[in-house]
Amino acid sequence: MFRQAFAISGIGIRSIPERWAPSLVIVIGLAGVVGVFTALLAMAVGFESTLKATGRSDAVIIMRGGSDEELNSAFDRDSTDVIKQEPGIATGADGKPLASAEMMVIAELLRRDDTKNGANITVRGVEPAAFALRPHLKIIAGRNFTPGLRELIVGSGVLRQFQGADIGQVVRMRGSNWTVVGEFESGDSHDSELWTDINVARSTFGRTGSSSVLAALEGPGGLAKLKAAIAAEPRLTVDVLREQDYFSGQTKQFREQIGFLAGLVTVIMALGAVFAALNSMYAAVAARGKEIATLRAIGFSGTPVLISVMIEALLLALAGGVLGALIAYVLFNNLSVSTLGQNFTQVVFNFKVTPQLVARGLVIAIVIGMIGGFLPALRAARAPVTTSLREQ
Amino acid sequence: MTKTSFVIANLFRKRTRTILTLLSVIMAFVLFGLLQSVNSLFNAGADFVGATRLMTQARVSFTQPLPTGMVPKLEAVPGVERVAYSMWFGGVWQENTPLFVFAIDPLRYRDVYPEYVMPDEQWQTFAHTRTAMIAGKVLADQYGWKVGQKIPISSNIYPQKNGSKAWAFDLVGIFDGKDDAWRKQTNIAFIQSEYFDEANSFNLKGRTNFFILKLADSKQAQAVSKTIDAMFENSPDETKTQTEKDFNLGFVKQIGDIALIVHWILFAVFFTLLLVVGNTMAQSVRERVPELAVLKTLGFTDGSVLFFVLAEAFSLCLFGGLLGLVLATALGAMVEKGTGGQFVVRLDAGVWSIGILAIVLMSLAVGLLPGLRARRLRIVDALAGR
Repeated sequence: MFRQAFAISGIGIRSIPERWAPSLVIVIGLAGVVGVFTALLAMAVGFESTLKATGRSDAVIIMRGGSDEELNSAFDRDSTDVIKQEPGIATGADGKPLASAEMMVIAELLRRDDTKNGANITVRGVEPAAFALRPHLKIIAGRNFTPGLRELIVGSGVLRQFQGADIGQVVRMRGSNWTVVGEFESGDSHDSELWTDINVARSTFGRTGSSSVLAALEGPGGLAKLKAAIAAEPRLTVDVLREQDYFSGQTKQFREQIGFLAGLVTVIMALGAVFAALNSMYAAVAARGKEIATLRAIGFSGTPVLISVMIEALLLALAGGVLGALIAYVLFNNLSVSTLGQNFTQVVFNFKVTPQLVARGLVIAIVIGMIGGFLPALRAARAPVTTSLREQ
Repeated sequence: MTKTSFVIANLFRKRTRTILTLLSVIMAFVLFGLLQSVNSLFNAGADFVGATRLMTQARVSFTQPLPTGMVPKLEAVPGVERVAYSMWFGGVWQENTPLFVFAIDPLRYRDVYPEYVMPDEQWQTFAHTRTAMIAGKVLADQYGWKVGQKIPISSNIYPQKNGSKAWAFDLVGIFDGKDDAWRKQTNIAFIQSEYFDEANSFNLKGRTNFFILKLADSKQAQAVSKTIDAMFENSPDETKTQTEKDFNLGFVKQIGDIALIVHWILFAVFFTLLLVVGNTMAQSVRERVPELAVLKTLGFTDGSVLFFVLAEAFSLCLFGGLLGLVLATALGAMVEKGTGGQFVVRLDAGVWSIGILAIVLMSLAVGLLPGLRARRLRIVDALAGR
């Protein structure tokens, strides 16, 4: 039976060029579905992996209670100092707590393709411990800022997407000039930031405290110890979150929105593609009606005919799926874009077309191919031989 | 047999195909409708505002508040009629739903935004009740707020003096927009800046995120912006002044590339489906070549054969398109409800008219080539199967 099926499939597939137009419809329809599905989700995956890469599991971010985001959080100087002295925080090489008080403010930069509307960029004032807490962050051009001077270092993502913060350029903030002296790269969401000395930032922005404290934990028991100590401290109302959890939490909204959009668009498109595939396969079967009837007349049974039509539909669908994934890969993989993150500032990230996404796209293509092929295959297998032979 | 019934009969000649094609068209237009309404969302937010208002913010970023002490200086600038200000409160409803709540000076705001309408006594109560709040109609309807209720709202930024971030305000008025565009802009609420200044524990007194300047004449917008920004240059409170329209556009632009990419992806989808339908149309004409020849033999002119094919394409697109747009409208409403208003996908009159234009264009795109082919047919060749 399988030999029969393959024999008929062979004839069918070789005759595809004869009726290329309807076959092309299936291929293009599926390329559309899979391409769109892959591209949309590649965006979500890229955003997620950028934020997930940010943050260690053995460090915590401490913010004022109920703030949710760093932007909303603020401590005064005293609370900042109290927090840094709490037990559970690791000790740095210099014998001081390995913790960095950080202040987040926002500055506006123009996108590279814009001349008018500024986009919000995070400016992070940090203490020296910030670099020990983020060992993967490297200065890749120029030098680090000098504490006490109005100097900035710029994340490579900012440099890619926005203008006015190249090394050597001057950024105006609150009536003062800040020189960009270096570029850093961390491979995570800090690439979308400008960094400077927290004390200079405090004096410029008229603040005394900080937005958050980032601290390394002293060991597996560190988190519980720190949480207990902070809960027992009446001067503090703060939230303690693992740094990794904090950043993963920031992807939720974006992931849900893009996931929802991708789901909706894919379902609608897939339905459209199923109808188109059905149409094309019905046409293909009709065009080959006489040929199939002849095969049936000389002894081929119905099932191989059914299988062969299904195989043809599947192959066309798969070809479309591969084409779509390829287009998505060529156009979108590693495409650097930026959007507004939870902190109300720009997050620069790259699209990621992963093998898993492509595999999921191809599964969708196969499912559509199966649905689109089955009914026409059934019709072909069941068509009465005599009537089909008599058709002109 | 009339021409109309002939076209219909032809459409149902291959029922399966017609229905399948119709379904493809419907899907294309469901998507088109949704896309177009999302698209108009990104481009809108700007059209309804006149150019008579300017927004002044801190040059570094609007998240950096400016002192309200600047108001007299701003009002002294020639061309400026009235100045209002508003401060982002960081409002949160119940667990985690962000609300647009701003602290304002009520009567100044009322002067600068005559587009928001509310009975005078409600404005007066708002101005004279410290814990008062007014809400836009869209927002009040969404959460079922009634005038006279005490509305609990938290702030994710500002605690009260007692350290609690749970605030509560007396709803004293519900305002609406003066026209359709402004009615959509009523998903916001306002509280008194005077009360906010006193009650927040940050000692953040007399600070605000935005000044809104009402101009006597929109032609002065550029000159006034320049004067103001020059006035505060080199101070810690440097300003950036732009028209309200530019300000709104800038806000939407922050969403950035995503909007553009979604836009292009969805257009690709639409064109894919267009191709699919076009092919089916062409195929259907190809199969009927002998029939068309017979029609011509019977005396139908070239023109009327073209008409038949176009009419078929048009009725397919029109029926499928309208149905698709209706479905999209329903789906958009469902999305809006299902996401708690996070996605506002509304197919308004603008989207519908673009949709109808698309239907006409699509009919021509898919019908014209096969139609012209049918028109050109030479009877002898067609009947001979050449």
